[in-house]
Amino acid sequence: MHTLLRADWRKAFVTAVMFAVSILFLLPFVWMLITSFKVEKDVFVYPIQWIPREWNAIENYKEVWFGDYPFYLYYWNSIKVSLLTTAISALVSALAAYGFSKIQFAAGKWLFLIVLFTYMIPGQAILIPQFILYRNIGLFDNHFGLIVLGSFSVLGTFMLRQFFMGVHQEFIESAKIDGGSHPRIFWSIALPLVKPAVATYAILRFIWTWNDYQNPLIFLRTDGLFTIPLAMQKFTSLSGEFYSLIMAAAVSAIFPLLIVFIIGQKSVIEGIALGGVKG
Amino acid sequence: MARTMKSSPPPGLHEAGNNRAGTNRRRGFGRSLRRGEQLWGMVFISPMLIGVMILVLFPIIATLVLGFADWNFVQGWDGIRWVGLQNFRSLLEDDIFLKSIRNNMIFLLTVPIYMIISMALAILIDRHVYMKGYFKVAYFMPYISNIVAVAVVWQVLFQPSYGPINEVLRSIGIASPPKWIADPNYALVSIMMISVWISIGFNLIIYIAGLQSIPKDLYEAAEIDGANGWTKFRRITLPLLSPTSFFLLVTGIISTFKVFDIIAVMTQGGPIGSTTMMVWYLYDTAFVNLKVGYASSIAAVLFGFVMLITLGQWAAQKKWVNY
Repeated sequence: MHTLLRADWRKAFVTAVMFAVSILFLLPFVWMLITSFKVEKDVFVYPIQWIPREWNAIENYKEVWFGDYPFYLYYWNSIKVSLLTTAISALVSALAAYGFSKIQFAAGKWLFLIVLFTYMIPGQAILIPQFILYRNIGLFDNHFGLIVLGSFSVLGTFMLRQFFMGVHQEFIESAKIDGGSHPRIFWSIALPLVKPAVATYAILRFIWTWNDYQNPLIFLRTDGLFTIPLAMQKFTSLSGEFYSLIMAAAVSAIFPLLIVFIIGQKSVIEGIALGGVKG
Repeated sequence: MARTMKSSPPPGLHEAGNNRAGTNRRRGFGRSLRRGEQLWGMVFISPMLIGVMILVLFPIIATLVLGFADWNFVQGWDGIRWVGLQNFRSLLEDDIFLKSIRNNMIFLLTVPIYMIISMALAILIDRHVYMKGYFKVAYFMPYISNIVAVAVVWQVLFQPSYGPINEVLRSIGIASPPKWIADPNYALVSIMMISVWISIGFNLIIYIAGLQSIPKDLYEAAEIDGANGWTKFRRITLPLLSPTSFFLLVTGIISTFKVFDIIAVMTQGGPIGSTTMMVWYLYDTAFVNLKVGYASSIAAVLFGFVMLITLGQWAAQKKWVNY
């Protein structure tokens, strides 16, 4: 009884210490949020005002969302690009994963090795030829090009292949004996069985696409096409010293995704742990 | 996990060719069945395969070829001059490139640092705290957040003359705190600190998954034998986490070679080249200075580094990792 109580106290103590450490991780976000509510002259007042003396929240956010660099437009761009990339990538990956795991054909093994090889190529080593290619086939500076670029990540193929391999081959064989073709088996037997894995991959792909800065930076030129990260950077370099506005933009860039994350938290964390995947 | 990436033949692959003995009719049937499989296999994988060929395989070959050219975007195709190894020779005498490599090497230090912190936090969160869910989310927030927004927030926090961090340092008696990203001596360290702060969330989650796969009865057996906490850590936790650590080490090293966003947003390689890194220099050379050939040779070197690490990983995996 006594040792049990002591263990409880120790756990409470460790929890308290860990809580203090976690503040280190959250404080920059808290500062960002509070600063976005302030008037500009109060941003750097020291000691830090954790409760704004003078509220300017509505004006700040109005400026960010509907000012010279209207975030509603960038939101729409980001939503469009992220959703379409996620949908196409999930479909293409699931098809390939099924092909590599559930259909036995000689070329499959070799082609899988090729795909595995491309996984090791760092994306930045191929930016220049991609850029030249895009300039020449008219995919430069438009959303379609950006979506195509994000849709052929082989990571999804690897992840989903693992799960398709867990689907018993007997299911497939017996469906085939019953006259089922591969497209039918894929769509109505195999895919439903790995639906949670597809959902996890989709959430991850959505987050990565939403946060991607490098590809939009290189493959977009027109302001009106910018996605959130690129707009965020543009906004910062143009707003210069207006830190309250910059923080309102940062909050706008971070919080919606945070909500997606907190809702899908379990799948995101499990997916990352399971596949050991990294954007 | 890294080992799940290894290709192992799917169940049933071996049986496929085993029914050779049979009547002619059956053999013919089997052959057409196999041809059907071949066809469907290609249909299913071709969207991915074609995409990867056009967007990855062809570009990597082009990168390696362009590395031998002297070419500027604005000159058009006619402007290409083939110069053999000239680009690579110039790289060896290029101070900014050498500095970029050096900075990349220094940046490697972040990997063991965030791995150790993450492992410690993971052990505490997995077994010694209440409200596990809260801690996972809290430590994960920097990783999930938009890196541009995070970088901008830190840029303001690090503001040398009236930023909150230096105000706090001054108020606790440090008269002249460092100028952080504005000071050539501190800029790289500042960026490394932020990088550690961001990376902990990811490593933590992987470590917690690794810890949960360690059988609990190992610890119970050790307790019966009178092992203390440190012995349990040394003899059970650490060795059984070694596949996880190895995986994180390799992916961590590879990701330091890809560092770009945070440099592009916070310092643009400055001040006076103190935070230039390979990918930043590649970007700057290709898309700002438009020297395509020279930038391609940098890309080829980057590719070489990452391939070396990946191949080294395969060789080392057997030796270092206790399964």
